[in-house]
Amino acid sequence: MQPEPSGAIQRLRKILSVTAVRLSIAYTVLFGIIAILIILYMTAMTSNYVRRQIKHSIDEEIALLGNIYDAGGINGVVREMERNATGPGANLYVVAEPSGQIIAGNVGEIDTGVIATDGWTLRPFQYTRFGASGDDAHVAIARIVELPNGMRMLVGRDLGEPERFRAIVIRALAFSLTAMLLVGLLTWILVGRRALTRLEMVSRSTDRILAGDRTERLPVTGSDDEFDQLSMRLNSMLDRINSLDEGLRQVSDNIAHDLKTPLARLRNKAEAALAAPDGNQSTVMQEIIADTDQIIRTFNALLMISRVESGSVAGELAGQDLSSIVEDVAELYQPVAEDDGFAFSLSVEPSLTVRGNRELISQAIANLIDNAIKYGRTDERAPRIGISLQRRGRNAVIEVTDTGPGIAPEDRKRVTERFTRLEQSRTRPGNGLGLSLVRAVAQLHGGVLDFATNEPGGLKASLTMPLA
Amino acid sequence: MRILIIEDDRDSAGYLQRALKESGHSSDLAADGEEGMHMAQTGRYDVLIVDRMLPKLDGLSMLKQLRGGGLDAPALILSALGQVDDRVEGLRSGGDDYLTKPYAFSELLARIEVLAKRRRPDEAETVIRVADLELDRLAHTVKRAGVNIPLQPREYRLLEYLMRNAGKVVTRTMLLEEVWDYHFDPQTNVIDVHISRLRSKIDKEFKEPLLQTVRGAGYVLRNPNAA
Repeated sequence: MQPEPSGAIQRLRKILSVTAVRLSIAYTVLFGIIAILIILYMTAMTSNYVRRQIKHSIDEEIALLGNIYDAGGINGVVREMERNATGPGANLYVVAEPSGQIIAGNVGEIDTGVIATDGWTLRPFQYTRFGASGDDAHVAIARIVELPNGMRMLVGRDLGEPERFRAIVIRALAFSLTAMLLVGLLTWILVGRRALTRLEMVSRSTDRILAGDRTERLPVTGSDDEFDQLSMRLNSMLDRINSLDEGLRQVSDNIAHDLKTPLARLRNKAEAALAAPDGNQSTVMQEIIADTDQIIRTFNALLMISRVESGSVAGELAGQDLSSIVEDVAELYQPVAEDDGFAFSLSVEPSLTVRGNRELISQAIANLIDNAIKYGRTDERAPRIGISLQRRGRNAVIEVTDTGPGIAPEDRKRVTERFTRLEQSRTRPGNGLGLSLVRAVAQLHGGVLDFATNEPGGLKASLTMPLA
Repeated sequence: MRILIIEDDRDSAGYLQRALKESGHSSDLAADGEEGMHMAQTGRYDVLIVDRMLPKLDGLSMLKQLRGGGLDAPALILSALGQVDDRVEGLRSGGDDYLTKPYAFSELLARIEVLAKRRRPDEAETVIRVADLELDRLAHTVKRAGVNIPLQPREYRLLEYLMRNAGKVVTRTMLLEEVWDYHFDPQTNVIDVHISRLRSKIDKEFKEPLLQTVRGAGYVLRNPNAA
């Protein structure tokens, strides 16, 4: 087993794993490389320039000394040299025998072979000033020419100054790079620690949420940075999940209640059948079967609604003649409504087509008419059911009107929720799922289900769907 | 009728076999798709009752292969899936009818009896007669005892279906599916009202009612004097 890394190393690793830190490290390295390249290039350029300057002035000096030689011979040259050789930072001058023996100038010792060179020294050489100790060596470049009398003359320039310049530049470079690295490192650590702190806050909140605390939200510091914005987004997502969850829980509570109640009734009846004298059992059994059928019906309706709501039938939508769909359903229900004492009217605008599922649209209209037959009467008005289909702009509107008590405005949203049964309808048969399915079908077809008052009294249910 | 039940749930298959026997039909049982396919190909059956979910070979694939092999015995598919698209898929795979579990036995019995008859050639008859009731499919007219009875188009289709299956019980769901092409639950007794309107047109004036209600099952149109 590998030994556990110590706390500090673990922490550093964590910081290094923060994206911002990784990016800034990458940028710092890249920037450092570019800075070094630029500075190397610049020092090379400047030292080249300085050498060209030096060579130029040496050339001029040699030309001058050549003229002096022509006028005053070797003595003139030596005099001129001695005049120039004394100031600080003066050029180097040597006059030597062809053998290399120095006879005049301001140089004490010089690398062997330098005097014998013709023209420019190939590389900088070491020398000591005349009168200085052997340890005080300097570096220089020089040009050597042969005088007409066979003697050799050297004119050179100490390289100490350009070298010092180079050293300063390199020192400055090293210093600034180090400073940059330090600042960078510090920034990474600060940024990394900040990010880590925020992340740890978020993961602590997440842990609490996962543990079941539904009220917990991700921390928002108020700085409105990207962490805050992300947290706020996630928080509103959590709110949405909570409300969906709440809705789901309510639905499952309702399902549990609305399926358990008939199941309990079923069980009671089965017990009663067991206890009943032999002759009476079949009546109870028939009731049991009827109850079971009702439970199955509720169950099927629930499945249908979730199927439609999930949109998994949307792929089967095709062009449908809505006018004939409405006529067919109305025709199916008209005898029932009339037998129940309703005046029945139907008004259908011909050849309106929608993209949809015939079966589902038919069932939705059937549910609306069925509701009108069940709940659409009061003692105050003559019972009447009206069904109409008309074009309204780009939509087809199916309206089912009745003469019942209507739905109070505050209840209109609620009635399309699963298992909602308003007080006045509790005594009538029904499972409270009919309008949920109508709404789901409307949504599947890109439409809406609305309720209004059918003046002077009654319900007007409108199913609006976009025309094909 | 000889019926082949292909169903892997022993309890429901056993119940089905007993109930069919009480109704005077003999049946064999296959417990998975492969066995079912073998038995359907070798035995001569009037109707197949096929569960959709079967071990080894599912019901729809089995039916497709049977149909591909030329078997034309009518098949009723049983399924716990009841939605429209599942039904369409079932019928496309070679099923002749589709029934959602759980179902009432009376519903299943009515359906297989109608299915078994469907293959007979009297489909092509142009005039269908039950007692003194006569439906002319070419002229679209209905007469009873020679008297013309005017019917709405839907009433005509309802009567035509009942007459084609004269003597067989047809359920409300079957009527809703065959005459209106709806596969949902209308919740109200819509079919009863349509039947009673039809009845008032074809039976009211006459001594012997032809259209009868079968309690707990559906309706039957039959000649009361026939054996």
